[in-house]
Amino acid sequence: MQFDFNSTEPLYLQVAEQIEEAIFTNSFEEGTQVPSTTEISKQFHINPATVLKGMNILVTHHFLEKRRGLGMFVAAGAHAKIREKRQAEFYDDYVINLVKEAKKLTLPETTILEMIKRGFKNG
Amino acid sequence: MAKSKPIIIKHVSKSFAKQQVLNNIDLTIEPETIYGLLGRNGAGKSTLFNIITNRIPSSSGEVTIGGQTVTNNDELLNRIYLMSEANLYPSRMRVKEIFKLTAQLYQGMDMALTQTLTKQFGLNVNTRFSKLSTGSRSIMKLIIALAVDVDYVFLDEPTLGLDANHRRLFYDDLLDSYAKRPRSFIISTHLIEEASSLIERVWVLQGHQIIINGSTEAVLNKGFAVTGPTVDVEAYTKGLNIIGHEALGNLMVHYIYGELNNDRPIPDTVSISHIDLQRLFIYLTNQEVATVEN
Repeated sequence: MQFDFNSTEPLYLQVAEQIEEAIFTNSFEEGTQVPSTTEISKQFHINPATVLKGMNILVTHHFLEKRRGLGMFVAAGAHAKIREKRQAEFYDDYVINLVKEAKKLTLPETTILEMIKRGFKNG
Repeated sequence: MAKSKPIIIKHVSKSFAKQQVLNNIDLTIEPETIYGLLGRNGAGKSTLFNIITNRIPSSSGEVTIGGQTVTNNDELLNRIYLMSEANLYPSRMRVKEIFKLTAQLYQGMDMALTQTLTKQFGLNVNTRFSKLSTGSRSIMKLIIALAVDVDYVFLDEPTLGLDANHRRLFYDDLLDSYAKRPRSFIISTHLIEEASSLIERVWVLQGHQIIINGSTEAVLNKGFAVTGPTVDVEAYTKGLNIIGHEALGNLMVHYIYGELNNDRPIPDTVSISHIDLQRLFIYLTNQEVATVEN
């Protein structure tokens, strides 16, 4: 996990993203316990209330689940849910910016499509 | 243990020989919360801490907990600890003797923790107070501040003279201690970058008054940098609360604290981003007259 304290993105969102990423890459596997608020707070010097706020976002999305008296666990099916969410966000997160930059550079649509094809071939 | 009651600071002012230091300060310190008090040199941070902890009297106003004044109230003052830059210990006293003395004054001091921390920081408990370096004095005072059993811990420049490794260790120990026994920490510091992720709420003291009082997140949410060609930037930020600017040729950055105008379209040539707490602090406290609406 890595936090950019100079980033302009609110820290609690960074916490949510970092844990989401760790679940998506199976660093935190489904059904297993994730590090506690205190552990994350201590290791990265982040106020525990901020960490908790980030974790609660993931609870709302059903990526994490609270087990009373035990802590936070990666929910069953979290991996697939994260993929769905990211697929849904792909257009807004990547395509819009890509097209915007292409227009700024006066790159025509056909060139961009060719580049994407090339990217798939080489990737 | 029942949650402690908040500390209420009401209309507190302080002057030293006609020189005003604090003007009508109103603050509430909630239990179990980590606060950061930021201010320029000489802004009155230590004076404010000294008044809240009854080390010096205020010129007017009051500090209360649960409706009772803290002034000369031993029972309440036993729930509050101030770690300050002042060196109040007899110079010939050894570190271990200072620990013992403090334990007699503050019931329930965690002596096991003092041992763990002295080892961690490599502090020699047989050294006399006068022989300690600035950093070692800070370390000794920090150990005491974390070990005493109180509800409110005021830390005035806690990292004075500490190297990067020891500062890191201190933040570890602070959060560890906070997790094990939640209580309020009120930290005054110039190391804003290091502290900004630790503090839940932030106060900025400037021009004898508290000009910022809010959650760190909400405060950061109001700070913006608007960058682009001078003409476009100026048109966009007109009427907004501009707290500073930087120019590089025709490239202009305006720093804003407050709301942006959502009705105004953002020109393609202009980019807007948030700024960090340190930058926000620098611009807010550089102004001749800070105009801040909370």
